[in-house]
Amino acid sequence: MARTAVPGRLSWRRATLAAIRDETATARTLAFDVPDWPSHMPGQHVDVRLTAEDGYSTQRSYSLASADGVELTVQQVIDGEVSPYLVSVLKVGEPIELRGPVGGWFVWRPTDTAPVLLVAGGSGIVPLMAMIRARRVVASRVPFRLIYSARTPGDVIYADELRRPAGGLDVHYVFTRETVRRHIGVADVNTHGWPASFEPDCFVCGPTGFVETVADILVALGHQPRRIKTERFG
Amino acid sequence: MAPIGSQGSSSFCSVRGVGIVSPGFHGRPRGDQAGRLPPGQYLTEDFPVLSAGPTPRVPLDEWEFVIATEAGQDYRWRWSDLMAVASQTPTVDIHCVTKWTKLDTTWRGVSLDTMLEGVETAADYAFAISYGGYTTNMPLQDLVDGQAWIVYEFDGEPLAPEHGGPARLLVPHLYFWKSAKWVRGIRLTLADEPGFWETAGYHDYGDPWLEQRYQGD
Amino acid sequence: MSVSFIDGNALGGPLGEIFAVDVTVATSRCASCGRTDPVAALHVYDKAPGLVARCPGCDAVVMRLVRTPTGAWLDLRGCVTLRIPLPL
Repeated sequence: MARTAVPGRLSWRRATLAAIRDETATARTLAFDVPDWPSHMPGQHVDVRLTAEDGYSTQRSYSLASADGVELTVQQVIDGEVSPYLVSVLKVGEPIELRGPVGGWFVWRPTDTAPVLLVAGGSGIVPLMAMIRARRVVASRVPFRLIYSARTPGDVIYADELRRPAGGLDVHYVFTRETVRRHIGVADVNTHGWPASFEPDCFVCGPTGFVETVADILVALGHQPRRIKTERFG
Repeated sequence: MAPIGSQGSSSFCSVRGVGIVSPGFHGRPRGDQAGRLPPGQYLTEDFPVLSAGPTPRVPLDEWEFVIATEAGQDYRWRWSDLMAVASQTPTVDIHCVTKWTKLDTTWRGVSLDTMLEGVETAADYAFAISYGGYTTNMPLQDLVDGQAWIVYEFDGEPLAPEHGGPARLLVPHLYFWKSAKWVRGIRLTLADEPGFWETAGYHDYGDPWLEQRYQGD
Repeated sequence: MSVSFIDGNALGGPLGEIFAVDVTVATSRCASCGRTDPVAALHVYDKAPGLVARCPGCDAVVMRLVRTPTGAWLDLRGCVTLRIPLPL
């Protein structure tokens, strides 16, 4: 095992909005300048803290979307307290605070050789996209399969990029509100995932209900629970 | 020390721990509502569901509420006993330590004065215990004189499980973590015994008007 | 309807303020049932006055963390051991 430095305690640091990129009608990617940002692993997240003038503050966690640098993709939540501010109010040059990168478990390392299954529910695609991007940066040959559940094609984040996947990445969409109302099911995972005998590393991210459903399906298909890593959004 | 975000601090002062202001961020609307909001609270119209664990499911035919005195005497109530006793319909404001306040909430339940009638005790404190393992503590005198109820209806409907149903404790003059959901009993104790959140840094008493959120406040 | 939980990797930020190592990759043993899990796989209830991490097997409380303006209260009574990977 490579010698790694003990990282030191995390504290809040200033991040300045540098650029904005629209992803869908309701999601935007925000790129931040963060002085002395250490590199991060795909799958990690940051905690964001916003403070109002009277000292009131609140925090949320967002996954890093990028392989390098700090990019967060924020999905606007109706009546949300934080996402409408990040998506529509915060301007280039203005600051937020963030803490991270956080998390060494829900990560993919290019040195991992097992085939990878990524299952995304809605904005759960974000940390999985960081893994896909990191794979492309290092020109990895590890086979990846992505199953991405979204309401309609218009809700697909990173649609253009996923239309031109790097070699060895297969992408399958499950649309839940396009023509008929449906949910991701056993057939989707069985057909478009890896057989359990391939012993893939599985990463499932999305709302809690979605993650529970998919994790149960994977176990029912014979995947080892310890090879299934989940990140529930709550 | 005034906790961060307390009402009344109009100027931005460099208190240790205060963060960098993000321009244009306001958060949930915070206002005084003519003196009905304790310091540091904001008004909510919905009813947030907070929990330290999974929601217990308690069938009514198994439900039991026990008042246990310091002398080892138990006073047991089954659901039918609770339904047989005169109930009240208090309308109260509730204040959560996570800073939301909900005004004019309406409940139906049995007053603790009724339930403690005939209970002989020299105890000064109460330790509430819930299905699922939650606990909280308060002085016994804060449960009497019309200050507390075992409630089983909220807003005219049976109390939903995620809000503490079938029955919860309601002690609205203290922070709402003291109003134990899924309550199944009260132990009367001679000494104050800290409960679930009190052993993790929250205040033993919890008066929202004195902003007693944490130990040492 | 039950309050939903999130995964223990959400503890990474709050615990990262206290520990110099990433505790989410540590393995914890539940004091109640003996099951071992990475801290990142614990079931975390975060819609609460603090963070409560429960055993995925038996739901017992493994860890609690409350952040106050002046510090943090960390209760590890529900965790018998925490095995933390460290370099030589």
